[in-house]
Amino acid sequence: MTTNRAARGRHLRTAVGVALTAVMLFPVYWMVNVSLTPTRDMRHDPPFLVPLHATLDGYRTVLDQQLPYLWTSLVVGLATVALTLLISAPAGYSLAKLRARGGGALAFALLMAQMIPGIIMGIGFYAIYLNLGYLNTLPGLVLADSTIAVPFGVLLFTSFMRGIPDELLQAARVDGAGHLRTFVSVVLPISRNAVVTVSLFSFLWAWSDFIFATTLDSGGDHQPITLGIYHYIGNNNQEWNAIMATAVVASVPAAVLLVLAQRFVAAGVTGGAVKQ
Amino acid sequence: MTVYLAAFYVYPLLRNIDLSVHNYTVRSFVQGGASFSGLDNFRAVVSNPTFGPALTNTVVFTLSSLVFQFAIGLALAVFFQQHFPLSGTLRALFLVPWLLPLIVSSSTWAWMLNSDSGVVNYVLHLVGVEPVHWLTSPQWSLISVIIANVWIGIPFNLVVLYSGLQAIPAEVHEAAAIDGANGWQRFWRVTFPLLRPVSAITLLLGLVYTLKVFDIIWIMTKGGPGDSSTTLTTWSYRKSFGSLLPQFGPGAAISNLLILLALVAGLLYVRSAGKEVDA
Repeated sequence: MTTNRAARGRHLRTAVGVALTAVMLFPVYWMVNVSLTPTRDMRHDPPFLVPLHATLDGYRTVLDQQLPYLWTSLVVGLATVALTLLISAPAGYSLAKLRARGGGALAFALLMAQMIPGIIMGIGFYAIYLNLGYLNTLPGLVLADSTIAVPFGVLLFTSFMRGIPDELLQAARVDGAGHLRTFVSVVLPISRNAVVTVSLFSFLWAWSDFIFATTLDSGGDHQPITLGIYHYIGNNNQEWNAIMATAVVASVPAAVLLVLAQRFVAAGVTGGAVKQ
Repeated sequence: MTVYLAAFYVYPLLRNIDLSVHNYTVRSFVQGGASFSGLDNFRAVVSNPTFGPALTNTVVFTLSSLVFQFAIGLALAVFFQQHFPLSGTLRALFLVPWLLPLIVSSSTWAWMLNSDSGVVNYVLHLVGVEPVHWLTSPQWSLISVIIANVWIGIPFNLVVLYSGLQAIPAEVHEAAAIDGANGWQRFWRVTFPLLRPVSAITLLLGLVYTLKVFDIIWIMTKGGPGDSSTTLTTWSYRKSFGSLLPQFGPGAAISNLLILLALVAGLLYVRSAGKEVDA
Protein backbone atom coordinates (compact mmCIF):
# COMPACT_ATOMS: atom_id res chain seq x y z
CA MET A 1 0.00 0.00 0.00
CA THR A 2 2.63 2.53 1.05
CA THR A 3 5.04 1.38 -1.63
CA ASN A 4 2.27 1.77 -4.16
CA ARG A 5 1.67 5.31 -3.09
CA ALA A 6 5.39 6.09 -3.10
CA ALA A 7 5.69 4.70 -6.61
CA ARG A 8 2.75 6.80 -7.73
CA GLY A 9 4.35 9.87 -6.18
CA ARG A 10 7.56 9.18 -8.07
CA HIS A 11 5.75 8.86 -11.36
CA LEU A 12 3.83 12.01 -10.70
CA ARG A 13 7.13 13.80 -10.14
CA THR A 14 8.49 12.41 -13.36
CA ALA A 15 5.42 13.73 -15.15
CA VAL A 16 5.88 17.18 -13.60
CA GLY A 17 9.58 17.05 -14.44
CA VAL A 18 8.86 16.21 -18.06
CA ALA A 19 6.34 19.03 -18.26
CA LEU A 20 8.79 21.55 -16.78
CA THR A 21 11.51 20.41 -19.16
CA ALA A 22 9.12 20.71 -22.08
CA VAL A 23 8.31 24.31 -21.16
CA MET A 24 11.99 25.10 -20.70
CA LEU A 25 12.97 23.59 -24.02
CA PHE A 26 10.06 25.01 -25.98
CA PRO A 27 12.22 27.71 -27.60
CA VAL A 28 14.60 25.02 -28.81
CA TYR A 29 11.71 23.05 -30.27
CA TRP A 30 10.38 26.19 -31.86
CA MET A 31 13.72 26.87 -33.48
CA VAL A 32 13.66 23.42 -35.09
CA ASN A 33 10.01 23.80 -36.05
CA VAL A 34 10.54 27.16 -37.75
CA SER A 35 13.65 25.85 -39.50
CA LEU A 36 11.45 23.26 -41.23
CA THR A 37 8.57 25.60 -42.07
CA PRO A 38 8.26 26.70 -45.71
CA THR A 39 8.62 30.45 -46.27
CA ARG A 40 4.99 30.87 -47.39
CA ASP A 41 3.74 29.48 -44.07
CA MET A 42 6.05 31.65 -42.01
CA ARG A 43 3.51 34.39 -41.36
CA HIS A 44 0.56 32.02 -41.29
CA ASP A 45 -2.03 32.84 -38.66
CA PRO A 46 -2.29 30.80 -36.48
CA PRO A 47 1.34 29.62 -36.65
CA PHE A 48 1.83 25.92 -37.35
CA LEU A 49 2.74 24.27 -34.07
CA VAL A 50 4.19 21.25 -35.83
CA PRO A 51 5.94 21.37 -39.20
CA LEU A 52 3.06 19.88 -41.24
CA HIS A 53 4.54 20.88 -44.57
CA ALA A 54 8.11 20.27 -43.52
CA THR A 55 10.70 21.40 -46.00
CA LEU A 56 14.46 21.24 -46.01
CA ASP A 57 14.72 24.50 -47.98
CA GLY A 58 16.18 26.27 -44.98
CA TYR A 59 18.90 23.67 -44.63
CA ARG A 60 19.59 23.76 -48.35
CA THR A 61 20.19 27.50 -48.02
CA VAL A 62 22.56 26.83 -45.12
CA LEU A 63 24.56 24.43 -47.28
CA ASP A 64 24.64 26.95 -50.09
CA GLN A 65 25.55 30.03 -48.13
CA GLN A 66 26.84 29.23 -44.67
CA LEU A 67 29.45 26.52 -45.20
CA PRO A 68 32.41 28.95 -45.31
CA TYR A 69 31.24 30.49 -42.03
CA LEU A 70 30.97 27.07 -40.42
CA TRP A 71 34.47 26.18 -41.57
CA THR A 72 35.85 29.39 -40.16
CA SER A 73 34.18 28.73 -36.82
CA LEU A 74 35.59 25.21 -36.76
CA VAL A 75 39.11 26.41 -37.50
CA VAL A 76 38.90 29.27 -35.00
CA GLY A 77 37.43 26.93 -32.37
CA LEU A 78 40.13 24.29 -32.76
CA ALA A 79 42.93 26.85 -32.84
CA THR A 80 41.52 28.46 -29.70
CA VAL A 81 41.46 25.08 -27.96
CA ALA A 82 45.10 24.48 -28.89
CA LEU A 83 46.20 27.91 -27.72
CA THR A 84 44.18 27.70 -24.51
CA LEU A 85 45.64 24.31 -23.58
CA LEU A 86 49.13 25.42 -24.49
CA ILE A 87 48.89 28.34 -22.11
CA SER A 88 46.67 27.13 -19.31
CA ALA A 89 47.96 23.59 -18.68
CA PRO A 90 51.59 24.59 -17.93
CA ALA A 91 50.34 27.63 -16.02
CA GLY A 92 48.05 25.48 -13.93
CA TYR A 93 50.89 23.06 -13.25
CA SER A 94 53.25 25.76 -12.08
CA LEU A 95 50.57 27.31 -9.86
CA ALA A 96 49.63 23.96 -8.36
CA LYS A 97 52.98 22.25 -7.96
CA LEU A 98 55.95 24.50 -8.59
CA ARG A 99 55.05 27.16 -6.03
CA ALA A 100 55.64 29.88 -8.59
CA ARG A 101 56.39 33.24 -7.05
CA GLY A 102 53.35 35.50 -6.85
CA GLY A 103 51.07 32.53 -7.47
CA GLY A 104 48.36 33.80 -5.15
CA ALA A 105 48.31 37.19 -6.81
CA LEU A 106 48.19 35.54 -10.21
CA ALA A 107 45.23 33.36 -9.26
CA PHE A 108 43.48 36.47 -7.97
CA ALA A 109 44.23 38.32 -11.20
CA LEU A 110 42.76 35.43 -13.18
CA LEU A 111 39.57 35.50 -11.15
CA MET A 112 39.25 39.21 -11.80
CA ALA A 113 40.07 38.74 -15.48
CA GLN A 114 36.97 36.60 -15.82
CA MET A 115 34.86 39.48 -14.58
CA ILE A 116 35.87 41.92 -17.31
CA PRO A 117 32.97 42.50 -19.70
CA GLY A 118 33.74 41.30 -23.22
CA ILE A 119 32.84 44.63 -24.77
CA ILE A 120 35.69 46.30 -22.88
CA MET A 121 38.19 43.74 -24.13
CA GLY A 122 36.67 44.13 -27.57
CA ILE A 123 37.27 47.88 -27.71
CA GLY A 124 40.78 47.47 -26.31
CA PHE A 125 41.70 44.73 -28.78
CA TYR A 126 40.20 46.74 -31.61
CA ALA A 127 42.44 49.71 -30.86
CA ILE A 128 45.52 47.50 -30.58
CA TYR A 129 44.78 45.41 -33.65
CA LEU A 130 44.07 48.48 -35.74
CA ASN A 131 47.62 49.68 -35.21
CA LEU A 132 49.16 46.23 -35.58
CA GLY A 133 47.14 45.35 -38.67
CA TYR A 134 45.59 42.31 -36.99
CA LEU A 135 42.01 43.41 -37.59
CA ASN A 136 39.93 40.97 -39.65
CA THR A 137 42.51 38.23 -39.38
CA LEU A 138 41.85 34.79 -37.96
CA PRO A 139 44.94 34.67 -35.72
CA GLY A 140 43.75 37.94 -34.20
CA LEU A 141 40.34 36.47 -33.51
CA VAL A 142 41.86 33.29 -32.04
CA LEU A 143 44.06 35.33 -29.69
CA ALA A 144 41.07 37.33 -28.51
CA ASP A 145 38.86 34.24 -28.14
CA SER A 146 41.50 32.54 -26.04
CA THR A 147 41.11 35.25 -23.41
CA ILE A 148 37.59 33.94 -22.73
CA ALA A 149 38.77 30.47 -21.75
CA VAL A 150 42.32 30.86 -20.44
CA PRO A 151 41.44 32.08 -16.92
CA PHE A 152 38.89 29.29 -16.57
CA GLY A 153 41.45 26.79 -17.88
CA VAL A 154 44.23 27.87 -15.55
CA LEU A 155 41.98 27.76 -12.50
CA LEU A 156 40.57 24.36 -13.43
CA PHE A 157 44.02 22.88 -14.13
CA THR A 158 45.36 24.34 -10.91
CA SER A 159 42.68 22.79 -8.73
CA PHE A 160 42.89 19.50 -10.60
CA MET A 161 46.67 19.21 -10.54
CA ARG A 162 46.81 20.11 -6.87
CA GLY A 163 45.24 16.69 -6.32
CA ILE A 164 48.13 14.84 -7.95
CA PRO A 165 50.24 13.26 -5.19
CA ASP A 166 53.69 14.83 -4.80
CA GLU A 167 55.25 11.37 -4.41
CA LEU A 168 54.40 10.62 -8.02
CA LEU A 169 56.23 13.69 -9.24
CA GLN A 170 59.18 12.97 -6.99
CA ALA A 171 59.34 9.42 -8.32
CA ALA A 172 59.51 10.80 -11.85
CA ARG A 173 62.28 13.15 -10.82
CA VAL A 174 64.23 10.31 -9.17
CA ASP A 175 63.96 8.45 -12.46
CA GLY A 176 65.77 11.36 -14.04
CA ALA A 177 62.88 13.29 -15.62
CA GLY A 178 63.17 17.08 -15.75
CA HIS A 179 60.26 19.48 -15.18
CA LEU A 180 59.19 19.37 -18.80
CA ARG A 181 59.43 15.60 -19.04
CA THR A 182 57.51 15.14 -15.77
CA PHE A 183 54.84 17.50 -17.02
CA VAL A 184 54.41 15.87 -20.42
CA SER A 185 54.61 12.19 -19.48
CA VAL A 186 53.21 12.15 -15.95
CA VAL A 187 51.09 15.19 -15.19
CA LEU A 188 49.26 15.60 -18.50
CA PRO A 189 48.11 11.96 -18.85
CA ILE A 190 46.74 12.02 -15.30
CA SER A 191 44.97 15.32 -15.98
CA ARG A 192 43.08 13.92 -18.94
CA ASN A 193 39.69 14.82 -17.50
CA ALA A 194 40.70 18.42 -16.95
CA VAL A 195 42.13 18.58 -20.47
CA VAL A 196 38.84 17.34 -21.90
CA THR A 197 36.75 19.78 -19.86
CA VAL A 198 38.91 22.77 -20.76
CA SER A 199 39.01 21.78 -24.43
CA LEU A 200 35.26 21.36 -24.63
CA PHE A 201 34.52 24.68 -23.04
CA SER A 202 37.13 26.68 -24.88
CA PHE A 203 35.81 25.25 -28.14
CA LEU A 204 32.22 26.00 -27.24
CA TRP A 205 32.98 29.56 -26.14
CA ALA A 206 35.06 30.31 -29.21
CA TRP A 207 32.35 28.80 -31.40
CA SER A 208 29.67 30.90 -29.71
CA ASP A 209 31.63 34.13 -29.50
CA PHE A 210 29.86 37.09 -31.01
CA ILE A 211 31.40 40.16 -29.36
CA PHE A 212 34.95 39.59 -30.53
CA ALA A 213 33.77 38.43 -33.94
CA THR A 214 31.71 41.54 -34.53
CA THR A 215 34.28 43.99 -33.18
CA LEU A 216 37.43 42.42 -34.59
CA ASP A 217 36.41 40.45 -37.65
CA SER A 218 33.32 42.10 -39.13
CA GLY A 219 35.20 43.18 -42.25
CA GLY A 220 37.17 39.98 -42.68
CA ASP A 221 37.13 37.54 -45.57
CA HIS A 222 36.68 34.64 -43.18
CA GLN A 223 33.93 35.20 -40.67
CA PRO A 224 32.56 32.80 -38.05
CA ILE A 225 29.03 31.41 -38.04
CA THR A 226 27.82 33.81 -35.36
CA LEU A 227 28.38 36.65 -37.81
CA GLY A 228 26.78 34.53 -40.52
CA ILE A 229 23.56 34.41 -38.51
CA TYR A 230 23.86 38.07 -37.58
CA HIS A 231 24.14 39.17 -41.23
CA TYR A 232 21.18 36.95 -42.02
CA ILE A 233 18.97 38.62 -39.44
CA GLY A 234 20.00 41.98 -40.79
CA ASN A 235 19.53 41.20 -44.46
CA ASN A 236 16.59 39.01 -45.28
CA ASN A 237 14.09 39.30 -42.51
CA GLN A 238 11.63 37.09 -44.35
CA GLU A 239 13.54 33.86 -44.58
CA TRP A 240 13.32 32.82 -40.99
CA ASN A 241 13.51 29.15 -41.88
CA ALA A 242 17.00 29.71 -43.25
CA ILE A 243 17.97 31.76 -40.18
CA MET A 244 16.64 29.13 -37.81
CA ALA A 245 18.21 26.32 -39.85
CA THR A 246 21.55 28.07 -39.45
CA ALA A 247 20.84 28.41 -35.76
CA VAL A 248 20.12 24.69 -35.51
CA VAL A 249 23.37 23.87 -37.28
CA ALA A 250 25.25 26.31 -35.06
CA SER A 251 23.82 24.52 -32.02
CA VAL A 252 25.20 21.15 -33.06
CA PRO A 253 28.44 21.44 -31.03
CA ALA A 254 26.43 22.21 -27.90
CA ALA A 255 24.20 19.19 -28.50
CA VAL A 256 27.14 16.89 -29.18
CA LEU A 257 28.79 18.15 -26.04
CA LEU A 258 25.74 17.41 -23.95
CA VAL A 259 25.27 13.91 -25.31
CA LEU A 260 28.90 12.78 -25.35
CA ALA A 261 30.35 14.63 -22.44
CA GLN A 262 27.61 15.26 -19.91
CA ARG A 263 29.75 14.68 -16.85
CA PHE A 264 32.42 17.04 -18.15
CA VAL A 265 29.79 19.69 -18.69
CA ALA A 266 28.57 19.46 -15.11
CA ALA A 267 32.20 19.59 -13.96
CA GLY A 268 32.68 22.74 -16.02
CA VAL A 269 29.64 24.53 -14.66
CA THR A 270 30.46 23.87 -11.04
CA GLY A 271 34.19 24.19 -11.68
CA GLY A 272 33.51 27.71 -12.88
CA ALA A 273 31.63 28.53 -9.71
CA VAL A 274 33.49 26.84 -6.91
CA LYS A 275 37.08 27.91 -7.14
CA GLN A 276 39.78 27.99 -4.54
CA MET B 1 51.58 33.26 -17.82
CA THR B 2 52.24 36.71 -16.43
CA VAL B 3 53.30 37.75 -19.91
CA TYR B 4 50.07 36.43 -21.36
CA LEU B 5 48.02 38.24 -18.74
CA ALA B 6 49.91 41.44 -19.38
CA ALA B 7 49.67 41.20 -23.15
CA PHE B 8 46.08 40.10 -23.45
CA TYR B 9 44.32 41.61 -20.47
CA VAL B 10 46.30 44.50 -19.09
CA TYR B 11 47.25 45.95 -22.46
CA PRO B 12 43.69 46.02 -23.86
CA LEU B 13 42.48 47.49 -20.57
CA LEU B 14 45.13 50.19 -20.60
CA ARG B 15 44.40 50.93 -24.24
CA ASN B 16 40.79 51.28 -23.26
CA ILE B 17 41.59 53.76 -20.50
CA ASP B 18 43.93 55.56 -22.89
CA LEU B 19 41.08 55.84 -25.39
CA SER B 20 38.76 57.21 -22.78
CA VAL B 21 41.02 60.13 -21.83
CA HIS B 22 41.91 61.25 -25.34
CA ASN B 23 40.03 63.17 -27.92
CA TYR B 24 40.17 60.55 -30.68
CA THR B 25 38.67 60.98 -34.08
CA VAL B 26 38.64 58.43 -36.87
CA ARG B 27 41.72 60.09 -38.30
CA SER B 28 43.81 60.37 -35.16
CA PHE B 29 42.75 56.84 -34.28
CA VAL B 30 44.64 55.54 -37.27
CA GLN B 31 47.47 58.05 -37.41
CA GLY B 32 47.98 58.80 -33.75
CA GLY B 33 48.32 62.25 -32.22
CA ALA B 34 45.02 62.62 -30.44
CA SER B 35 45.08 65.34 -27.86
CA PHE B 36 44.82 64.51 -24.19
CA SER B 37 41.44 65.51 -22.92
CA GLY B 38 41.45 64.37 -19.32
CA LEU B 39 38.05 63.48 -18.04
CA ASP B 40 36.18 65.28 -20.82
CA ASN B 41 34.88 62.04 -22.29
CA PHE B 42 33.58 60.95 -18.93
CA ARG B 43 31.92 64.32 -18.39
CA ALA B 44 30.33 64.12 -21.84
CA VAL B 45 29.07 60.63 -21.15
CA VAL B 46 27.58 61.43 -17.77
CA SER B 47 25.77 64.51 -19.05
CA ASN B 48 24.51 62.69 -22.14
CA PRO B 49 20.71 62.21 -22.06
CA THR B 50 21.21 58.49 -22.64
CA PHE B 51 23.25 58.09 -19.47
CA GLY B 52 20.30 58.10 -17.08
CA PRO B 53 18.20 55.53 -18.96
CA ALA B 54 21.23 53.35 -19.69
CA LEU B 55 22.22 53.24 -16.04
CA THR B 56 18.65 52.60 -14.87
CA ASN B 57 18.19 49.92 -17.51
CA THR B 58 21.44 48.24 -16.50
CA VAL B 59 20.32 48.16 -12.89
CA VAL B 60 16.78 46.97 -13.68
CA PHE B 61 18.02 44.39 -16.17
CA THR B 62 20.63 43.04 -13.79
CA LEU B 63 18.52 42.93 -10.65
CA SER B 64 15.39 41.45 -12.16
CA SER B 65 17.39 38.87 -14.13
CA LEU B 66 19.15 37.86 -10.94
CA VAL B 67 16.00 37.58 -8.86
CA PHE B 68 14.08 35.48 -11.38
CA GLN B 69 16.99 33.27 -12.40
CA PHE B 70 17.78 32.54 -8.80
CA ALA B 71 14.21 31.94 -7.66
CA ILE B 72 13.34 29.67 -10.57
CA GLY B 73 16.72 27.92 -10.43
CA LEU B 74 16.32 27.25 -6.70
CA ALA B 75 12.78 25.97 -7.06
CA LEU B 76 13.90 23.60 -9.81
CA ALA B 77 16.93 22.48 -7.81
CA VAL B 78 14.69 21.58 -4.87
CA PHE B 79 12.32 19.78 -7.20
CA PHE B 80 15.06 17.78 -8.89
CA GLN B 81 16.54 16.81 -5.57
CA GLN B 82 13.72 14.36 -5.04
CA HIS B 83 14.53 11.06 -6.59
CA PHE B 84 12.31 9.98 -9.41
CA PRO B 85 12.79 8.16 -12.70
CA LEU B 86 14.46 10.25 -15.41
CA SER B 87 15.42 13.07 -13.05
CA GLY B 88 19.07 12.93 -14.13
CA THR B 89 18.24 13.01 -17.83
CA LEU B 90 15.78 15.86 -17.43
CA ARG B 91 18.30 17.83 -15.41
CA ALA B 92 20.84 17.38 -18.19
CA LEU B 93 18.30 18.61 -20.75
CA PHE B 94 17.86 21.75 -18.69
CA LEU B 95 21.45 22.63 -19.54
CA VAL B 96 20.64 23.12 -23.21
CA PRO B 97 19.78 26.84 -23.03
CA TRP B 98 23.05 27.51 -21.26
CA LEU B 99 25.11 25.71 -23.89
CA LEU B 100 23.53 27.26 -26.97
CA PRO B 101 25.42 30.09 -28.63
CA LEU B 102 23.84 33.35 -27.46
CA ILE B 103 23.16 34.43 -31.00
CA VAL B 104 21.08 31.29 -31.50
CA SER B 105 18.95 31.75 -28.40
CA SER B 106 18.60 35.49 -28.95
CA SER B 107 17.43 35.17 -32.53
CA THR B 108 15.04 32.38 -31.60
CA TRP B 109 13.52 34.56 -28.89
CA ALA B 110 13.39 37.49 -31.27
CA TRP B 111 11.26 35.44 -33.66
CA MET B 112 9.09 33.97 -30.90
CA LEU B 113 8.38 37.47 -29.60
CA ASN B 114 7.69 38.90 -33.04
CA SER B 115 4.57 41.08 -32.84
CA ASP B 116 2.69 39.73 -35.84
CA SER B 117 3.79 36.13 -36.31
CA GLY B 118 5.40 35.26 -33.00
CA VAL B 119 4.20 32.21 -31.14
CA VAL B 120 4.13 34.04 -27.81
CA ASN B 121 1.52 36.49 -29.01
CA TYR B 122 -0.41 33.58 -30.52
CA VAL B 123 -0.56 31.82 -27.15
CA LEU B 124 -1.60 35.09 -25.48
CA HIS B 125 -4.29 35.46 -28.13
CA LEU B 126 -5.60 31.99 -27.24
CA VAL B 127 -6.11 33.07 -23.64
CA GLY B 128 -7.66 36.33 -24.78
CA VAL B 129 -4.81 38.79 -24.31
CA GLU B 130 -4.22 41.53 -26.83
CA PRO B 131 -1.00 41.16 -28.86
CA VAL B 132 1.99 42.76 -27.17
CA HIS B 133 4.64 44.60 -29.15
CA TRP B 134 7.43 42.89 -27.30
CA LEU B 135 10.45 44.18 -29.14
CA THR B 136 9.12 47.29 -30.80
CA SER B 137 7.47 49.19 -27.97
CA PRO B 138 9.47 51.09 -25.36
CA GLN B 139 7.43 49.66 -22.47
CA TRP B 140 8.13 46.04 -23.34
CA SER B 141 11.56 45.88 -24.95
CA LEU B 142 13.49 45.77 -21.68
CA ILE B 143 11.12 43.14 -20.29
CA SER B 144 11.60 41.04 -23.42
CA VAL B 145 15.38 40.96 -23.14
CA ILE B 146 15.07 40.20 -19.43
CA ILE B 147 12.83 37.20 -20.21
CA ALA B 148 15.36 35.84 -22.69
CA ASN B 149 18.24 36.44 -20.29
CA VAL B 150 16.43 34.72 -17.41
CA TRP B 151 15.80 31.72 -19.65
CA ILE B 152 19.49 31.51 -20.47
CA GLY B 153 20.53 31.94 -16.84
CA ILE B 154 18.25 29.36 -15.21
CA PRO B 155 20.44 26.31 -16.02
CA PHE B 156 23.50 27.80 -14.36
CA ASN B 157 21.57 28.61 -11.19
CA LEU B 158 19.94 25.20 -11.22
CA VAL B 159 23.22 23.28 -11.52
CA VAL B 160 25.14 25.24 -8.90
CA LEU B 161 22.29 25.33 -6.39
CA TYR B 162 21.60 21.65 -7.00
CA SER B 163 25.18 20.74 -6.15
CA GLY B 164 24.86 22.98 -3.09
CA LEU B 165 21.72 21.11 -1.99
CA GLN B 166 23.45 17.76 -2.49
CA ALA B 167 26.14 18.85 -0.05
CA ILE B 168 23.61 19.27 2.78
CA PRO B 169 23.54 16.00 4.73
CA ALA B 170 20.24 14.13 4.68
CA GLU B 171 20.37 13.65 8.47
CA VAL B 172 19.70 17.35 8.95
CA HIS B 173 16.38 17.01 7.16
CA GLU B 174 15.51 13.84 9.01
CA ALA B 175 16.22 15.48 12.34
CA ALA B 176 14.02 18.43 11.41
CA ALA B 177 11.29 16.08 10.26
CA ILE B 178 11.42 14.19 13.57
CA ASP B 179 11.13 17.51 15.36
CA GLY B 180 7.88 17.95 13.51
CA ALA B 181 8.79 20.50 10.88
CA ASN B 182 6.71 20.31 7.72
CA GLY B 183 8.20 20.57 4.23
CA TRP B 184 7.76 24.31 3.96
CA GLN B 185 9.33 24.97 7.38
CA ARG B 186 12.14 22.54 6.65
CA PHE B 187 12.99 24.48 3.52
CA TRP B 188 12.95 27.99 5.00
CA ARG B 189 14.38 27.20 8.44
CA VAL B 190 16.89 24.47 7.53
CA THR B 191 17.74 24.19 3.85
CA PHE B 192 17.77 27.84 2.93
CA PRO B 193 20.09 29.02 5.74
CA LEU B 194 22.47 26.10 5.10
CA LEU B 195 22.50 26.97 1.43
CA ARG B 196 23.42 30.59 2.06
CA PRO B 197 27.12 30.43 1.13
CA VAL B 198 26.33 28.71 -2.17
CA SER B 199 23.50 31.15 -2.82
CA ALA B 200 25.83 34.08 -2.27
CA ILE B 201 28.33 32.74 -4.79
CA THR B 202 25.61 31.97 -7.31
CA LEU B 203 24.15 35.45 -7.03
CA LEU B 204 27.51 37.20 -7.25
CA LEU B 205 28.60 35.22 -10.28
CA GLY B 206 25.18 35.89 -11.78
CA LEU B 207 25.71 39.58 -11.12
CA VAL B 208 29.04 39.53 -12.92
CA TYR B 209 27.65 37.59 -15.87
CA THR B 210 24.58 39.77 -16.16
CA LEU B 211 26.57 43.00 -16.15
CA LYS B 212 28.50 41.59 -19.10
CA VAL B 213 25.44 40.75 -21.17
CA PHE B 214 25.68 42.31 -24.58
CA ASP B 215 24.81 39.78 -27.29
CA ILE B 216 21.25 39.16 -26.19
CA ILE B 217 20.22 42.79 -26.06
CA TRP B 218 22.09 43.81 -29.18
CA ILE B 219 20.66 40.98 -31.27
CA MET B 220 17.09 41.28 -30.02
CA THR B 221 16.55 45.04 -29.85
CA LYS B 222 19.87 46.84 -30.50
CA GLY B 223 19.02 48.70 -27.29
CA GLY B 224 15.91 50.22 -28.81
CA PRO B 225 13.38 51.40 -29.56
CA GLY B 226 14.97 54.71 -28.61
CA ASP B 227 17.05 54.00 -25.55
CA SER B 228 14.39 51.85 -23.92
CA SER B 229 16.53 48.73 -23.62
CA THR B 230 19.97 50.33 -23.83
CA THR B 231 22.35 49.23 -21.10
CA LEU B 232 25.90 50.41 -20.49
CA THR B 233 27.34 47.59 -22.61
CA THR B 234 25.17 48.16 -25.65
CA TRP B 235 25.58 51.91 -25.36
CA SER B 236 29.33 51.56 -25.28
CA TYR B 237 29.24 49.30 -28.34
CA ARG B 238 26.92 51.66 -30.19
CA LYS B 239 29.20 54.60 -29.52
CA SER B 240 32.30 52.72 -30.62
CA PHE B 241 31.10 50.59 -33.52
CA GLY B 242 27.44 51.29 -34.15
CA SER B 243 27.71 54.12 -36.64
CA LEU B 244 29.88 55.28 -39.49
CA LEU B 245 31.39 57.94 -37.26
CA PRO B 246 32.70 55.96 -34.33
CA GLN B 247 33.30 57.79 -31.07
CA PHE B 248 35.86 55.58 -29.42
CA GLY B 249 36.61 58.02 -26.63
CA PRO B 250 33.12 58.14 -25.16
CA GLY B 251 32.59 54.46 -25.94
CA ALA B 252 35.67 53.57 -23.95
CA ALA B 253 34.66 55.96 -21.18
CA ILE B 254 31.32 54.17 -20.80
CA SER B 255 33.02 50.81 -20.72
CA ASN B 256 35.39 52.05 -18.02
CA LEU B 257 32.43 53.04 -15.90
CA LEU B 258 31.11 49.56 -16.48
CA ILE B 259 34.34 47.94 -15.40
CA LEU B 260 34.14 49.81 -12.12
CA LEU B 261 30.80 48.12 -11.49
CA ALA B 262 32.19 44.75 -12.55
CA LEU B 263 35.24 45.13 -10.33
CA VAL B 264 33.13 45.90 -7.29
CA ALA B 265 31.08 42.78 -7.97
CA GLY B 266 34.25 40.81 -8.61
CA LEU B 267 35.88 41.88 -5.37
CA LEU B 268 32.74 40.98 -3.46
CA TYR B 269 32.81 37.57 -5.10
CA VAL B 270 36.47 36.89 -4.35
CA ARG B 271 35.94 37.94 -0.76
CA SER B 272 32.97 35.68 -0.20
CA ALA B 273 34.61 32.81 -2.09
CA GLY B 274 37.67 33.27 0.12
CA LYS B 275 35.53 33.12 3.26
CA GLU B 276 34.01 29.96 1.90
CA VAL B 277 37.42 28.29 1.73
CA ASP B 278 38.35 29.37 5.24
CA ALA B 279 35.15 28.08 6.74
